[in-house]
Amino acid sequence: MVTVGQMRFRITLTALVALILTVLPLPVWLDALRPAFLVLTVLYWSINTPRAGGIGLGFACGLMLDVFQGPVLGEHALALSIVAYIAVREHQRIRSKPAFQQSLLVFAALVFYEFVVFAIDGWTGHPVTSPLRWLHCLTGAIIWPPAAAILSYSEGRPA
Amino acid sequence: MTAFGTAAGRPLQGRGGSPGFRFTVYAALAVVIMYLDQRAHYLEPARYALQSAAYPIQLAVNSPPTAWRWLRESFQSRESLRAENERLRAHQRDLELLAMRYAALAHENGELRGLREALPPVAERWLPAEIINIQLSGLRQRLLIDRGASNGVFKGQAVLDDRALIGQTTHVGPWSAEVILITDPEHAVPVRIERTGLRTIAVGAGDGSSLALPYLPANADVRGGDLLLTSGLGGVFPEGYPVARVSEVHRDAVQPLAQVRAAVLSHIDSDTEVMLVWFREGHPAAPASTAASGADARSGNPAMQPLAAPPRPAAAPRPDTAVAAASPPAPARAAAPPPRAAAPKPRAGPQAPVPAAPGGENPAAVIEAAAPPGDSPPPADTPADQPQVPPR
Repeated sequence: MVTVGQMRFRITLTALVALILTVLPLPVWLDALRPAFLVLTVLYWSINTPRAGGIGLGFACGLMLDVFQGPVLGEHALALSIVAYIAVREHQRIRSKPAFQQSLLVFAALVFYEFVVFAIDGWTGHPVTSPLRWLHCLTGAIIWPPAAAILSYSEGRPA
Repeated sequence: MTAFGTAAGRPLQGRGGSPGFRFTVYAALAVVIMYLDQRAHYLEPARYALQSAAYPIQLAVNSPPTAWRWLRESFQSRESLRAENERLRAHQRDLELLAMRYAALAHENGELRGLREALPPVAERWLPAEIINIQLSGLRQRLLIDRGASNGVFKGQAVLDDRALIGQTTHVGPWSAEVILITDPEHAVPVRIERTGLRTIAVGAGDGSSLALPYLPANADVRGGDLLLTSGLGGVFPEGYPVARVSEVHRDAVQPLAQVRAAVLSHIDSDTEVMLVWFREGHPAAPASTAASGADARSGNPAMQPLAAPPRPAAAPRPDTAVAAASPPAPARAAAPPPRAAAPKPRAGPQAPVPAAPGGENPAAVIEAAAPPGDSPPPADTPADQPQVPPR
């Protein structure tokens, strides 16, 4: 059993790696395909350790995302808080599902997350209407099983 | 140490309230932050602090490309270095030849404009900055550069590369700054067509390499290959820097406006360095002032007006003052009339506005130049070699 402190450290570390993967410069065509690593990480921790992860983690990670790529502070913070809240509420139901169904649920969560960001983008006057922005939901759902396996390894559990 | 007795051991609801309560608190906090950032701009200091916290991550993210470039440069062969040196030397010789005439031309231009002495160049100071990160994802086109407030960079500063205008700074952190590119769909740059002097607004098209000119009437005199220069309006960019070249003009009989596209002249994809420029305050060609930003620039800067009239031919050298005080979309509308103002001349048709080009920048200037016959030569903006009467 790991302590909460160790858990927090691991969560912070994985979130940092996910953030780096999110802002790493990539060619334009690859960039549209890049899954939202940080959202996946927040989802994983919210589902698997709702006590240590969860809404506060979502808020903090979202704020960092805002600093890197948000038109207005608080945008990703709100979207990630909502997604993390849903994941924490439903964590027992999601955790017991097989991998494929988990991927589908993650896909739904990512679409919801992107919709919130899309809506706030529009309301704050920075509309980005390219259909490419929805593409990462698909790649995120595809990458969920291996990502979850890697994260569960970092948690100290056998995958 | 076990989890017993720690926060993790307690039931889920135990720490900081139920998930629902915590969610409400965080969501409310996020909404408040958004409101403050969007409406009131109270959060600039907070953003500044967060940006400084983010800087190490940005550096780490950028380090592999930087290391690769360094490695490649350090293993470059002697021949390729020598060839590059040769090329640069030839280039420098060409530039020196151009610069030789520059002083004489600047002096002559000053005399033509009725100024007593030649002005110093408008750019006072340059600072090269390295590009840390390029964000061309989605429809957002931003750069991150490695200079920030500690180098004196300010919000709304013009950024150029060695060929043309790139954009302006939007968020300034202590050691880094974000640059919005002119190709970003949220960015508009006031431009003037070099050939005719017609002013308009160029809006980013969002594809990384082109601009759209949405406010030109269908009968505006614009062709493929026309060079667009900054017009100096709007209080951010100084006058006369190259921006883009018109690549395609489409006129539709049922559309009142022409659809014009222009390809930017800068090469953001191959640049590793950009230039931050400080402009001499009080210079006629300089943007309004360094303090002009946000609402100030939007409502027109009063500091711009005292500069308006150089000694003699009042309206002619600075015909743009009337427009300068207007809001950004207004210059576009104001730029539209010239062809129509010039139309009453005998030769109608799309080419007619050409001879009116010297005054064509502003209807008022056209009238003034035309009304008292032989009163004064046309404004000094006219290139000396441009024919005043078009060939029949």
